[in-house]
Amino acid sequence: MSENNGMFGASGSGDTSGFGGLARSAANFGSSERPYGSYFDEITDELERAYPEFNSAIEKVVIDRGELTLHVKREKLFDTAMKLRDTQSLRFEVCLGVSGVHYPEDKTRELHAVYPLLSMTHNRRIRLEVSAPDSDPHIPSLVEVWAGNNWHERETWDMFGIIFDGHPGLTRILMPDDWPGHPQRKDYPLGGIPIEYKGATVPAPSERRSYR
Amino acid sequence: MTTHDSYASATDTTEGRVYSVTGGDWDSLVTEIGQTKEERVVVNMGPQHPSTHGVLRLVLELEGETITEARAGIGYLHTGIEKNTEYRTWTQGVTFVTRMDYLAPIFNETAYCLSLEKLLGITNDIPERASEIRVLMMELNRISSHMVALGTGALELGALSPMIFAFREREKVLDVFEMISGLRMNMAYVRPGGVAQDLPKGAIAKIRETVKELRHNFKDNEKLLVGNSIWMLRTKGIGYLDLAGCTTLGITGPVLRSAGMPWDLRKTEPYCGYENYEFDVITTNTCDVYGRFLIRMQELEQSLRIIEQACDKLEKSEGQPVMVADKKIAWPSQLSVGSDGMGNSLEHIREIMGTSMESLIHHFKLVTEGFRVPAGQAYAAVESPRGETGVHLVSDGGTRPYRVHFREPSFNNLQATSAMAEGGMIADVIGAVASIDPVMGGVDR
Repeated sequence: MSENNGMFGASGSGDTSGFGGLARSAANFGSSERPYGSYFDEITDELERAYPEFNSAIEKVVIDRGELTLHVKREKLFDTAMKLRDTQSLRFEVCLGVSGVHYPEDKTRELHAVYPLLSMTHNRRIRLEVSAPDSDPHIPSLVEVWAGNNWHERETWDMFGIIFDGHPGLTRILMPDDWPGHPQRKDYPLGGIPIEYKGATVPAPSERRSYR
Repeated sequence: MTTHDSYASATDTTEGRVYSVTGGDWDSLVTEIGQTKEERVVVNMGPQHPSTHGVLRLVLELEGETITEARAGIGYLHTGIEKNTEYRTWTQGVTFVTRMDYLAPIFNETAYCLSLEKLLGITNDIPERASEIRVLMMELNRISSHMVALGTGALELGALSPMIFAFREREKVLDVFEMISGLRMNMAYVRPGGVAQDLPKGAIAKIRETVKELRHNFKDNEKLLVGNSIWMLRTKGIGYLDLAGCTTLGITGPVLRSAGMPWDLRKTEPYCGYENYEFDVITTNTCDVYGRFLIRMQELEQSLRIIEQACDKLEKSEGQPVMVADKKIAWPSQLSVGSDGMGNSLEHIREIMGTSMESLIHHFKLVTEGFRVPAGQAYAAVESPRGETGVHLVSDGGTRPYRVHFREPSFNNLQATSAMAEGGMIADVIGAVASIDPVMGGVDR
């Protein structure tokens, strides 16, 4: 997604160390190849059987660090979630909330919502990941599937500005009701700390020189 | 009202007549309210209220004394910890996350580190002694947290003495924390790759003695409450939430176990070597406040059992490393506890300042720049005193987290307030909230 050049973060300095030629790009996870290993093959097989639209709903299946992530198209999120919850052989009866992630460089897929799911019946875990563009930040709500997602979706709206369509009362939850902006987005402006020393100010954390 | 109070007088608003109550003569207020025709009364409890476990606001709609609608308002303790960690190194993140659920700091740290170690791919390289110390610290922390839950829970329902006993025991556990990490809470003791330092001399002996005392003293609290008829009247059948309610609301921890489900991550998905310890998962099938109270009481004994086993293991692993062997990840120095808390060990300072330039460079690079974590995401969870504390980490390959998200059990479980309180009496909402045991630092983060 992103590419780092030079000494990874130090820019504009007279770099004489020879590291200037280095370039490193962050890993972009493509779909994993079968066999996935562990119980992941079984889960995808069962979901494919239970959900005829599997191929059009699931964008990619990623196995990384012993965890299965299903990237779902947002239009199909609700149906997929229902199948995952109600199919006897899957039974993901608990959703452990929503975690929003903002990737400003991932054009047309800037906002991601990540749902860790747990099946107590089978003692298995998977993760759903959905994305939406910044220009149209809508993702269907899953409160009807798992009532406990209510506050988590409110938090993700509050922090990232993702609008969960169908949520019974999508209001801010942690920030005050009249707060402008969504603080955990990467483009949210951070304030510097004004200090009294010859009119100088400390730059905002996001603008300080740093290693990346 | 008979007396005028400039801070608490009645005012007319578009919503109806508003009465502010800050104490005083209750009868005169009741008489005054009784004159209005409206039967529906909305009571705003908090955000500062002695029985709401911190700055929690409850909006209760009443008909008589029955609650028809209960809503929780949160966010008063939001500190932006998740965002803050994005501008610090991965190691510094520990210092932030320990402050989320301030009654269970070790659990926050461990969950964060387990998730980070998964991202780094070093889960299997963590030394056994480090895992043993983590288990020891977590179980001690479970006791200190449950002591607050039981003590304040009882206090809120009007029983004062259990609180005094509970906090007495909690102090003993905090003393052990202080001896080991230099700090009584927010220790930042569990670090990526292991723990900050080995146990000091004499720690095991002190812990063994503390365990003996605690086991004896827990009986005091038990005698005060278990079977106490007033306590049982206030807690039995109160705050009912069954298994179906728990699963759809994503409830974990003692509340889920009070619905009869033996779900405990220490058993179902063991981490830190919990599979090598003998203990029982406590359940009841009453789905009520009393059941949750009994579960916490009995979990104390299970924690003591685990601590004893951890002590046995730690005696055998004496002298083994407590930090991962990979020098590119491990914190360069073992720290030591001084009179003002945890700091660099003098021996280490002598080495980097006096003898080895390479050590100094290594120390400087790792401390200021930190280590890089391969890009990707991971989720790891531990069984905290309140349920599943899950950590979702995203790395972009840099020395700082791209995203840190805590799935806080307090935040999630507090949603059950409405389900537990609606249809019940106003006095019982206190017991219901206390049985969830929310810690607002964790709820608001």
